[in-house]
Amino acid sequence: MFKLSRRALLASTIAGGLALSAGGAFAQSGDTIKVGILHSLSGTMAISETTLKDVMLMLIEEQNKKGGVLGKKLEAVVVDPASNWPLFAEKARELITQQKVSAVFGCWTSVSRKSVLPVFKELNSILFYPVQYEGEESERNVFYTGAAPNQQAIPAVDYLMSEEGGLVKRWVLAGTDYVYPRTTNKILEAYLLSKGVAKEDILINYTPFGHSDWQTIVSDIVKFGTAGKKTAVVSTINGDANVPFYKELANKGVKATDIPVVAFSVGEEELAGVDTKNLVGHLAAWNYFESVKTPANEAFIKQWQAFKKNPKAVTNDPMEAHVIGFNMWVKAVEKAGTTNVDKVIDTLPGIEAPNLTGGVSKMLPNHHITKPVMIGEIRPDGQFDVVWQAKGLVAGDAWSKYLDGSKDLIGDWVEKKCGNYNTKTGKCG
Amino acid sequence: MLRSVPIFRLLALAAIVLNCGLAIAGPYEDALKRFSADSFGETEIAIKDMAASGAQGALPALEALQAGRLSVAGDTVFYLDGNGQATDAATGSRLAGIPADGKVVRLNNRLRRALENALGGLTLFSKDPARRLQAAEALFKSKDTNALPGLEKAISAEPVPAVKKALVEAEAAIMLARPANTAEALGAIRTLRERGDQEALAQLNVAATSLADPAVRSAAEAAVAAIAQRQKLLSVVQNVWYGLSLGSVLLLAAIGLSITFGVMGIINMAHGEMVMLGAYATFLTQEMFRAYAPGWFDWSLAAAIPVAFLLAAAVGVVIERGIIRFLYGRPLETLLATFGVSLILQQSIRTLFGPTNREVTAPAFMSGNFDLFGLSIAYGRMWIIVFTLAVFAFLLFLLKATPLGLRMRAVTQNRRMAASMGIRTAFVDSATFALGSGIAGVAGVALSQIDNVSPNLGQSYIIDSFMVVVFGGVGNLWGTLVSAFALGIGNKFLEPVAGAVLAKIAILVCLILFIQKRPSGLFALKGRAVEQ
Repeated sequence: MFKLSRRALLASTIAGGLALSAGGAFAQSGDTIKVGILHSLSGTMAISETTLKDVMLMLIEEQNKKGGVLGKKLEAVVVDPASNWPLFAEKARELITQQKVSAVFGCWTSVSRKSVLPVFKELNSILFYPVQYEGEESERNVFYTGAAPNQQAIPAVDYLMSEEGGLVKRWVLAGTDYVYPRTTNKILEAYLLSKGVAKEDILINYTPFGHSDWQTIVSDIVKFGTAGKKTAVVSTINGDANVPFYKELANKGVKATDIPVVAFSVGEEELAGVDTKNLVGHLAAWNYFESVKTPANEAFIKQWQAFKKNPKAVTNDPMEAHVIGFNMWVKAVEKAGTTNVDKVIDTLPGIEAPNLTGGVSKMLPNHHITKPVMIGEIRPDGQFDVVWQAKGLVAGDAWSKYLDGSKDLIGDWVEKKCGNYNTKTGKCG
Repeated sequence: MLRSVPIFRLLALAAIVLNCGLAIAGPYEDALKRFSADSFGETEIAIKDMAASGAQGALPALEALQAGRLSVAGDTVFYLDGNGQATDAATGSRLAGIPADGKVVRLNNRLRRALENALGGLTLFSKDPARRLQAAEALFKSKDTNALPGLEKAISAEPVPAVKKALVEAEAAIMLARPANTAEALGAIRTLRERGDQEALAQLNVAATSLADPAVRSAAEAAVAAIAQRQKLLSVVQNVWYGLSLGSVLLLAAIGLSITFGVMGIINMAHGEMVMLGAYATFLTQEMFRAYAPGWFDWSLAAAIPVAFLLAAAVGVVIERGIIRFLYGRPLETLLATFGVSLILQQSIRTLFGPTNREVTAPAFMSGNFDLFGLSIAYGRMWIIVFTLAVFAFLLFLLKATPLGLRMRAVTQNRRMAASMGIRTAFVDSATFALGSGIAGVAGVALSQIDNVSPNLGQSYIIDSFMVVVFGGVGNLWGTLVSAFALGIGNKFLEPVAGAVLAKIAILVCLILFIQKRPSGLFALKGRAVEQ
């Protein structure tokens, strides 16, 4: 095991050197176009990422049935970074230099994206990142098909503040202790303060990864919520910690009519392990829900369940992001007439692809996309009922308007050719 | 609300006119028609109109709506009863079959609140005292002034003291929200002060800041201070309870390890995976019950205990016979080998059951919570504490009072002497390891109730388990018990002050310092018995 991977590493470094010296001339090898899939199939993140690998395989298989791209068949190259952040960088290097893939679809956690970023910049390749994230980033080599905070967090808070959402006046921002919740909560806090919410009406709470004993925190939330003002919880709790959190809410009898919880990381997949009878009415903000009835979505669900050979297989938001991202990449490659990385990167902004809930998403100059925004309430069957939807599609902001450090920044890879153009000073960086 | 009133009046008028004739379309029937619009706004009006109509059918229909059993098929609004029979909501008569194109009426939180309020008014005079109690609680929250006359009637007619108390409290809450005079407000404050819980505190807080009358204000402030004092005291007790609960989980996870690591001295990194196997055994048992004996479902957890024990023990025997017995006395190799085993077990479960969580349902007796002197205690947590102590007692009995336990202790204390006394040490080793693994499996049954049933379940407990055993003193069951509860309670007192992340770090730092001072833990084994 050890020997093998070391040899592989050596080989990849040599190959990397070769590829570099040849100036990427080997970008297309043989009669297939290779597509890299960089999702954890083991370790803690396997719970979320395995399905994304499967959905990519399904999309590639389907594209090949249609005749592939540019007359060539697509070939999926799957690697397993095993929820290990440094291994993500290593595997990304292997995909680009050894396998010579034309584009990579992958990563889930922000830390894994940050870990592969230098590799993609150094070797000049393309990464499609399908998960909602904290924003504050716009890189030339990365295309963000998940939601930026203004496409998920801000609309969710707006909904709760509205009459429809219950006129919430007091906020608990609860999250897992890492970069995504911390940045999102910073943005949300700034936003709430700008909306006239008093400082003492905001409670911020962080818990470690995989936190399983929620008794104290839930009783703190209940206490905070009985101060006479309508209270809601905005949850950026991630991964395994969600199930015990919701179980404790149910135990304490916290009903959605009293203190609603709106989550940004809980989808159909995460709810599969929970008894949702007691969670009815709690909310989630996403850009896609399986329960949305459109012909495109119904066809997709059918195809997915047939592919998985499981009539109960659920679909979720990051899967849809991969569908959109993959279709955009195919269109861009066909439009550019080549898989050459620089040409595809330049072609991608402006490319449109239909999303599954009706509407057409567009790749923007800041490498984010336009998305519908929906709020769903948990149903007894573990699905979501869409109770609110933003008018039209919302364009993703790479940089938050509500943080001091980033409110003047924009990402523009078409005209300004940079990811952090300062509109005040007129300079990059 | 604003829109519903004139519409309601119109409809009522129409109803009176029509009532003279056929008595088909009343305000209630008209309200029902709104459901076919499938819009939240229309549904809200419908709920209010139905509640105001006073029609016979309104209560069962609204209850069905709350339970998600009210459906619309074309113009027919119907609901399913407990036997799966469809009833027409308009006429109250049975439908021949369930309409095929029926769509369940959708709700959102706002409508659920409106429903609770509407039902609160309607069920005040229900025959079931539990329902009346619910109604009182709903009114306490909604503070609906319109319900006051009905509430007064209900109070004078109420035979059950507990329900009467709740009704009086609801009345006080409504009165305090819009007091008519000082005496009334003071009375309401007194009632709420006696109630003395978080919600009463919230209402008094509002009164103390919003009401103009200085006498009322000072009374409210005094009541707030009194309740806050009480709540402070209560929160200490609450922390102890939470600590005991966390401690019981730690103990449960560590107790198997205190056998394999504590008694046998094996550093078993696959211990957490034994817990995970136990949780999956619980899942499988529940699936079996669901498929073959749904009537006995509440017993599924009890049935899962032996299944989990046997499964984990069997895997334990295989690991011991296959790997560990070759590595006795080589702790470093044992650590690496068992770590490998843990990865293999995780990945095989992931391949077999998929990476996503599996759902283990809580049986009825473990769901919900009850109130003990203002302390809210979850049934699930309580049963886990009871269960943990039972497992502990069983293990203590096994080790101290049975021939097998005697042999186990003999072998671990002096292997060669035990062997020369005729004890089959290899067999005892296997049995001890199997026992430790089996107990870990049993822990999995309980942990499946509070945590994810996923391939990663074990990993989150392995560090904590070692921590508990090392802190308690290796080889000492009582030490494990004391250390688990000490760590649990310590953690729960630190958490509100320092936050969950810092509390965990602080506990670890304290533990390291403690181990520096007393390397053998809280209760060290003394004498020659310990082979170093």
